[in-house]
Amino acid sequence: MTLRTAIACVLLALLTSGVSAATPALQLDAAGARRAAALAEQLRCLVCQNQSIAESNAELAVDLRREINEQIRAGRSDTDIRDFMVARYGDFVLYRPPVKSHTLLLWFGPALLAIAALLAFMRALRNRRRRVSERPLTDAEHAEAARLLGGPASTPQ
Amino acid sequence: MNEVRGAAGDVSADASPAAPTEPKSALRFALPLGIFVVLAGFLFVGLGLNPREVPSPFIGKPAPAFQLTQLARPEQSFSPQQMQGEVWLFNVWASWCVACRIEHPLLVDLAKKNVIPIVGLNYKDKRDAALGWLGQFGDPYQLSVVDTDGRVGIDYGVYGVPETFVIDKTGVIRFKQIGPITEAAWRDKILPLVRQLQKS
Repeated sequence: MTLRTAIACVLLALLTSGVSAATPALQLDAAGARRAAALAEQLRCLVCQNQSIAESNAELAVDLRREINEQIRAGRSDTDIRDFMVARYGDFVLYRPPVKSHTLLLWFGPALLAIAALLAFMRALRNRRRRVSERPLTDAEHAEAARLLGGPASTPQ
Repeated sequence: MNEVRGAAGDVSADASPAAPTEPKSALRFALPLGIFVVLAGFLFVGLGLNPREVPSPFIGKPAPAFQLTQLARPEQSFSPQQMQGEVWLFNVWASWCVACRIEHPLLVDLAKKNVIPIVGLNYKDKRDAALGWLGQFGDPYQLSVVDTDGRVGIDYGVYGVPETFVIDKTGVIRFKQIGPITEAAWRDKILPLVRQLQKS
């Protein structure tokens, strides 16, 4: 029993020491870890392009996660870290592209389209109202309608 | 309601409200067709674009400084300032990189003809493997530097090995090739640029 306990203790010690040795530089406090995770989710992995740095297992993504962790430990702000990435990989690295002259259409195109569609819809409604006039039927039209409907001929009020 | 009136055969009442819609019927077909043609045009152009060619933010900027040990002579280091006054290629390669083998004969040929000095960045590689690779395929590099943990690669925005930077006499990056240098890219884009930079 004591031997077994001793072996268990040694194994446990080996296990935990292995864990701490594997990630010496990457330890952040809880707030730092949250910031690192949030940043990694906003940044695109350029190797796999449709995954964020947080999701990707590409080597570059691993390196960039390490870079983010190190910079947070060094006390740099989220903006600093984003600027660091943009300076190296361009705006493409950001999942949320910045508002610039050449991204105006990207940002405001959908709103413009929605406004255009709304205007077209209102115009169509107005045209329709013009076609469907409010003029009352004449006596002859009433008689024709009654004949078509097969009922007894009624007179307009 | 329209139908009822139409059936009544009231020609005068029918003609006047219908009149403004008549000239629009051409637009009714032309507009969706126009939108379709424009959309199809954009999509067709998009088919030919390569999403891996991300515009580099480095063009026109000074090459990031670094100090790394050399591959063949680990006791010596290299930094880009040493190339001041020369137009040179900075080529990112690795022994594990399959696409590097595609462009390698071209680089070897350039080195043989002394067209332009080429410095290699041996990216996230093992020294033995890298030296073995150069022994097998030929060494076109004036020298290679070792970037084991990929930090200089990050500073240069490397994401798809091989990548090649054209750096001018003042140390400014003028062009970046992502992926292997093809014969066409060398002939049509890089060589003319290099010639022009070498003259200035």
